Amino acid sequence: MNLTLDNRAMKDVYIETLIKLAEEDQRIVVLDADLMHSNSTIRFMEAYPGRAINVGVQEANMIGTAAGLAATGKIPFSHTFSCFNTRRALDQIYMSVAYAKLNVKIVGTDPGITAAYNGGTHMPLEDIGVVRGIPTMTVIEPVDNVMMEALVKDIAYHPGPVYLRVNRKEPVQIYAPGTEFEIGKGKTLKEGKDLTLIASGIMVAESLKAASMLEEKGISGRVVNIFTIKPIDKELIVDSARETGAIVTCENHNVINGLGSAVAEVLAENSPVPLERVGVQDLFGEVGSVDYLQQRFAMTAEDIVAKAEKCLARK
Amino acid sequence: MSKLQAAVGERLEAFAKEIRITTLKELGHLGFGHLGGAMSIVEVLAVLYGEVMKIDPKNPQWEERDWLVLSKGHAGPALYATLALKGYFPREMLFTLNQGGTKLPSHADRNLTPGVDMTTGSLGQGFSTGLGVALGHRLDGKDNNVYIILGDGECQEGQIWEGVLYGGNAKLDNLIVFVDYNKQQLDGFIDQINPLGDLRAKWEEFGWHAQEVDGHDVGAIFTAIQAAKATKGKSSVIILDTIKGKGCHFAEGVKLNHHMRFTQEQIAEALERLEGGQQT
Repeated sequence: MNLTLDNRAMKDVYIETLIKLAEEDQRIVVLDADLMHSNSTIRFMEAYPGRAINVGVQEANMIGTAAGLAATGKIPFSHTFSCFNTRRALDQIYMSVAYAKLNVKIVGTDPGITAAYNGGTHMPLEDIGVVRGIPTMTVIEPVDNVMMEALVKDIAYHPGPVYLRVNRKEPVQIYAPGTEFEIGKGKTLKEGKDLTLIASGIMVAESLKAASMLEEKGISGRVVNIFTIKPIDKELIVDSARETGAIVTCENHNVINGLGSAVAEVLAENSPVPLERVGVQDLFGEVGSVDYLQQRFAMTAEDIVAKAEKCLARK
Repeated sequence: MSKLQAAVGERLEAFAKEIRITTLKELGHLGFGHLGGAMSIVEVLAVLYGEVMKIDPKNPQWEERDWLVLSKGHAGPALYATLALKGYFPREMLFTLNQGGTKLPSHADRNLTPGVDMTTGSLGQGFSTGLGVALGHRLDGKDNNVYIILGDGECQEGQIWEGVLYGGNAKLDNLIVFVDYNKQQLDGFIDQINPLGDLRAKWEEFGWHAQEVDGHDVGAIFTAIQAAKATKGKSSVIILDTIKGKGCHFAEGVKLNHHMRFTQEQIAEALERLEGGQQT
């Protein structure tokens, strides 16, 4: 499998797409909590100074202010690192945004081990779990720039709150330009009959590598990308379980409360098959390069292969 | 600075009395509730809904309306009484307070109650959402005013001070914040728990136009609102010196009067005193 790194940072593709959209829609406003240079939202501020707000280091006030703006008909996108935009402002996201039925888009950057050199304090391995339990919340993790460009408009016009989990850096290109996506629908990237690897975010590329390694061992692995963690594509998961009989989830998150848990819930209720979960095994994050952290938390293609073999043995 | 005409003052005092009586009947029907902090904001509600705010009770979502964010959302019953008296919904609905399926929950909910502009309850949050509403109107170049009522105990929340800093710097001419300074919180007297110190000086230090008035004097509240509106280039706060449980003899000045249980006899006597014009 030939996987190449896209040379455009996802944060730039994101903000360029949002700037384009905001040109035709005055309702789009941007908020950030002193990370405008990190998140590239500074470019939105340069383009539309009146429609970008930097509240400073105040995540709770940012989310509340965004909710108030939404109450006047704006479509606010609020930004900070994933850890702060979920666990720090959770009660505000819960009550001022979701419970109040206000249309705020919450953009969390540097999810999971992509927080890398900021270390454990800044490494959200629980953010999906934190927001997934809030009714009406949609949770999306774009995997590459093709998907990001395609989804920003859909997210803006999706009714209700959305948590967008964004890797700021240059992603591996997974999808061909022009690919279409639908919120709530996963994508099958490779067919296979022996088991299915269900992956999100940076783990999609690892899963594709793992599937190639499995092929060499004579194992036919299907690869599915679930980019909408909530509402999750039950049909695709159940079909994969029925057709391949074993599932391995691969996520850049604690295996508790993230993609692995969401898939486990679907399987247990609909089509129980052996399941193994690749991801952080209920540990805190640490400082280091993404490569180091992938090894440290057993999130490499080799780790996926090992879990796949363990899962197959349980079939 | 404009003063309230005597006739208007009398009308607002009568309206305040009516709100207080209606709130007591509403809570009395239930037998328990957030009585103390509902009674202390009656006069500011009377001035806002009786004279100051641009509203249309037949069209609660009117785009040109002024907004009220009751950040101390537990005082919902006083707001509901005010809205019912203004004709947003039938007065009989007040007796559904907190019943399953009601449109009048304990804490204010923008999606349930006609005339409630923001969902509140978790303290500190209504302040930020109110700031957002004021910013949104300013972005649109609209002149809708936004009024926010904070509790004093609520001012112990960190989010309030995030908002005071941001709101001061944002210089929102279309915003007036009230602090219901009734000196009491759920567990007792603020000064014995976590005192607020010189609130006015604190807000002024954060760049606000700050005033302190008798929160049970409709004329003083009205005059302060006019002074706030006349001040340009600054966000405004009016600290209301109030009494928790005001006008309700069994609650006023009582230590634990945040959330109370009460008997029908207590309510009947309180109503008799109010309707007879007695001061507690």
